[in-house]
Amino acid sequence: MNEQQLDIAKEHVKQRVNEVDKSLPVGTSETQRNRKKTKKVRSDVKVLQVDNLQVSFRTYGGEVEAVRGVSFDLHQGETLAIVGESGCGKSVTSNAIMGLIPEPAGVIKNGSVLFKGKELTGMSKPQLRKIQGVDISMIFQDPMTALNPTLTIGEQLTEGLRTHKKVSKQEAKQKAIEMLELVGIPNPKERLKQFPHQFSGGMRQRIVIAIALICEPELLIADEPTTALDVTIQAQILELFEEIQQKTNISIILITHDLGVVAKIADRIAVMYAGKVVEIGDKRAIFYTPEHPYTKGLLNSVPRLDLVEEELQPIEGTPPDLFSPPKGCPFTARCPYAMEVCDHVYPFTTTISESHAVDCWLQDERAKVLQELS
Amino acid sequence: MGKYIVKRFIMMIATILIIATLTFVLMHLIPGSPFEGERTTNPTIQANLEKFYKLDEPLHIQYLSYLKSIVTFDFGPSIKKPNESVNELLARGFPISFELGMATILVALLSGIILGTIAALRHNGLVDYFAMTFAVVGISVPNFVLATLLIQQLAVTWDLLPAATWSSPLHMILPIIALATGPTAIIARLTRSSMLEVLTQDYIKMARAKGLSPVRIIVRHALRNALMPVVTILGTMLAGILTGTFVIERIFAIPGMGKYFVESINNRDYPVIMGTTVFYSAFLVFMLFIVDIVYGLLDPRIKLHRKEGDA
Repeated sequence: MNEQQLDIAKEHVKQRVNEVDKSLPVGTSETQRNRKKTKKVRSDVKVLQVDNLQVSFRTYGGEVEAVRGVSFDLHQGETLAIVGESGCGKSVTSNAIMGLIPEPAGVIKNGSVLFKGKELTGMSKPQLRKIQGVDISMIFQDPMTALNPTLTIGEQLTEGLRTHKKVSKQEAKQKAIEMLELVGIPNPKERLKQFPHQFSGGMRQRIVIAIALICEPELLIADEPTTALDVTIQAQILELFEEIQQKTNISIILITHDLGVVAKIADRIAVMYAGKVVEIGDKRAIFYTPEHPYTKGLLNSVPRLDLVEEELQPIEGTPPDLFSPPKGCPFTARCPYAMEVCDHVYPFTTTISESHAVDCWLQDERAKVLQELS
Repeated sequence: MGKYIVKRFIMMIATILIIATLTFVLMHLIPGSPFEGERTTNPTIQANLEKFYKLDEPLHIQYLSYLKSIVTFDFGPSIKKPNESVNELLARGFPISFELGMATILVALLSGIILGTIAALRHNGLVDYFAMTFAVVGISVPNFVLATLLIQQLAVTWDLLPAATWSSPLHMILPIIALATGPTAIIARLTRSSMLEVLTQDYIKMARAKGLSPVRIIVRHALRNALMPVVTILGTMLAGILTGTFVIERIFAIPGMGKYFVESINNRDYPVIMGTTVFYSAFLVFMLFIVDIVYGLLDPRIKLHRKEGDA
């Protein structure tokens, strides 16, 4: 590609970006896009503390160890993104926090989930129900199936509120209208009487978000909230998340495999592989100084607009079978830097900085010596 | 909506007309006549009788007067029981058959839905296996076999319930059980399988994430969606129950319409055959129409009408 062609291509991209900007609804464009990105100060309040969480599923083929010791903290007003490929345990982790592991097949084998000091694992179902939807809410991947086709939007919005808080029908309706306004649905009053099939996909996801937020929860778990949407709608929904977080100071756990989404709204990133968090850290640390070979591989396999004619580098191989997970580091088989020790012993967690930790033998002093020698 | 009802109404009339015509043709294809019995009648008397009932006229004239009697809903007197009109027979027999049929449908719906739902919730558990075994047995055993077994055990051996006739609620129990078991089993199986499917849907998971009570999740979120297939087969099931009543009414000596229906065909009692058939088909067609309306009420995505300008 010569210089001239490149210029034309760049111009074309710029035009497309402008078009997309213009196509966004009035409320979301100018003000939000141009607002100054104030750097968030991390609160000291820990909303959620997950420690050594282990979840297994009993199947006909044997026991699948889906989550094998996951630990992380979440501060107030913070967005933590959990990334990783399919089947790495992202969704199971979020379901376990939410108390939605399908029983009797799924079991939380070990570990603790502390929500504002309250232990959620082992809590009875009626107790859990007082937290679900009130303190912790969840947003699902596919807005086309997450709403009940036979109930009106109004009923689906207000039923959580009516169950958990003592409000009259009228108050609940008023609150529902406010919520629909917040998520940017025009004519909320008329829309309440409509059914899900009368809304587009993006609108439905906005409704799902409104439902999740109506009881003013402190923690929102979003399980791939934009995966099923097309790109322009994705951008709008992400804007909405940022806006809501600014207004309510809610903490968000974002489950995704889309690193573009992560770059946009996450504060911290946890990279999961084969049921373990292999690297966790601030967004900048993960994107600019990734330490785990898997994280590096993930970043290399993302297409980039600023580099022309660079081939994507996929990570070769497939994740290990979680029916019988390997003793050592699960990434060994696919790791270009694998050493003898990786096969036998799972690495210790190395703290690189206050907010960056990684599970990898390459961080060991002896490995560094070895590298220098070779 | 209005437009849809008018359209359906015209279709209903067309359906009834076709059924009536077929009945007429079949009726005259059967050899014999109302006056041919074991005793041979004097040919002159027979001719006079045929003249009196206008059976000597050419078939197309008979067909026209038959259509006229349908439109005016006046089928004239029965040939075998000349002191009674067909309308009187219907007025006496139908309420009883209707009672039996509706009670059966109600019992089948209620117990079938409850059984199916519980089976789905206890999927692969003991209750599930028990319910599905019952369902298989219920579908396989014909209602007349079940009826005789019930009479033998409950009425004769244990002397708990009356064996026949239709005079008190107690008398209704056995025929309703006999008639409702098959439909109950079908509804239970259907509810179970569609319930199992609905329970895996995202909106059920979302309802759980809202912290709703299990009862609300089942009743408000799951059942309504799970019942769609049940409503669909309700139409054909009604037809099955109607024909089932003929047999059951005979076994339990219930003075409903079934008795007249069967007798009239044996006797070639033309006015009664016409009256009962047309009345039954009109009733069935109307029930199917009701089922379609209910379908639209249950699922808002199904529109019964098409707005002007829509594709």
